[in-house]
Amino acid sequence: MIGKLLIRDLAILLPGGRRGGSLLPLLFFLSVAMLYPFAVGPDAQLLGRTGGGVIWVAALLAAILPLDRLVAPDLELGVFDQLALRGISEEFAIAVKMVAHWLSFAPLLLLATLPAAALLGLDGATLEIVLLGLLAGTPGLAAIGTSIAALTATLRGGAALSGLMLIPLAVPILIFGAGSLSRPDLSGIALTAAISLLLVAIAPFAGGAAIRAAREG
Amino acid sequence: MQACNLTASALACRRGDRVLFRGLEISLTAGSACQVAGPNGIGKTSLLRMMAGLLRPLAGSIDRTGAIALLDERPALDPQLPLSHALGFWAGLDGVKSGMHEICTGRAGLDHLLDVPVRFLSTGQRKRAALARMLGQQAPIWLLDEPLNGLDRDGINLVETLVAEHCEAGGIALVASHQPVALPNASTIKLSEFTA
Repeated sequence: MIGKLLIRDLAILLPGGRRGGSLLPLLFFLSVAMLYPFAVGPDAQLLGRTGGGVIWVAALLAAILPLDRLVAPDLELGVFDQLALRGISEEFAIAVKMVAHWLSFAPLLLLATLPAAALLGLDGATLEIVLLGLLAGTPGLAAIGTSIAALTATLRGGAALSGLMLIPLAVPILIFGAGSLSRPDLSGIALTAAISLLLVAIAPFAGGAAIRAAREG
Repeated sequence: MQACNLTASALACRRGDRVLFRGLEISLTAGSACQVAGPNGIGKTSLLRMMAGLLRPLAGSIDRTGAIALLDERPALDPQLPLSHALGFWAGLDGVKSGMHEICTGRAGLDHLLDVPVRFLSTGQRKRAALARMLGQQAPIWLLDEPLNGLDRDGINLVETLVAEHCEAGGIALVASHQPVALPNASTIKLSEFTA
């Protein structure tokens, strides 16, 4: 059952998927990394010092793009109702969506970090910390994104609103994730992972409650 | 068919600030059909969603034994997928055997539409697709919300036949409709008698 739900969600969300899931978040991410050197000038030292932070901001913003396809269409189609009648709770369905959302953007984002790092002139050590940090932080971003997508699913203009709601909630991940770049050890990444875990644990319950509230509305 | 039972006692429903009905009693046992009648906005859909456990009643209690299948205006089929794949997702979840799956789509008159993406289907064809999904579910309790909407004469006959067969096999059918539905031995609940 979990496999069938996950396969359906992935088929919807992956690039080339059914709901117009596209490479857009990825291209958006890469274009930020490409524009930044044009904006600040070809100072290799400055780029190397700030590039990691730019990658983090770009990743956070790219994670917002697929949110409008995540929950709202299924709520409108009545999929959550039919799942509930089959004994599949809203929490479970949202948890599966969270995993599918992460799988559909995070691995590709990590791959795209390689060309982005080259564009920004990051050295190997920095790139390694950025990759580890994104690996630890993206599950948290997926968790926030999924709960917000569920909360805003019934609202008009929910897509724009979800972007605005995600940003403040994602600040702790950004602080520790990007902050790990300026620390000699990996403690920043450990903190990022801790926040991610907490968010991943909360998100299914927040999202499930949001779906049930949407029914009553 | 497994044992089934559907009862509601002293049921009240509120939408927004309005109490739509109160003091509603329903008792359905295996093999019985019931039509919920009443004009638009009287709370037929809300009643069915309560019976399905998707809405909380304002007051009263609902007792269910047996799995529930709900047919409403939303078919829950992915619009971009060919009909066979969209139905296949639910058939997979419901554990429908492959032979049974074809029987369901055949009964619903969908055999020539299996390759067509759901978004190209007409209202009536979508309703038939939802019927096929419900047949495959093999649930003893059927909740049908305006099942005749969008259906042609043939489709209406089909719904009436399917409900009759379902009840004969020991199932329960609760049908909400503002138009007359020919159901053998069906009781009728007029929601207008329970308005608050």
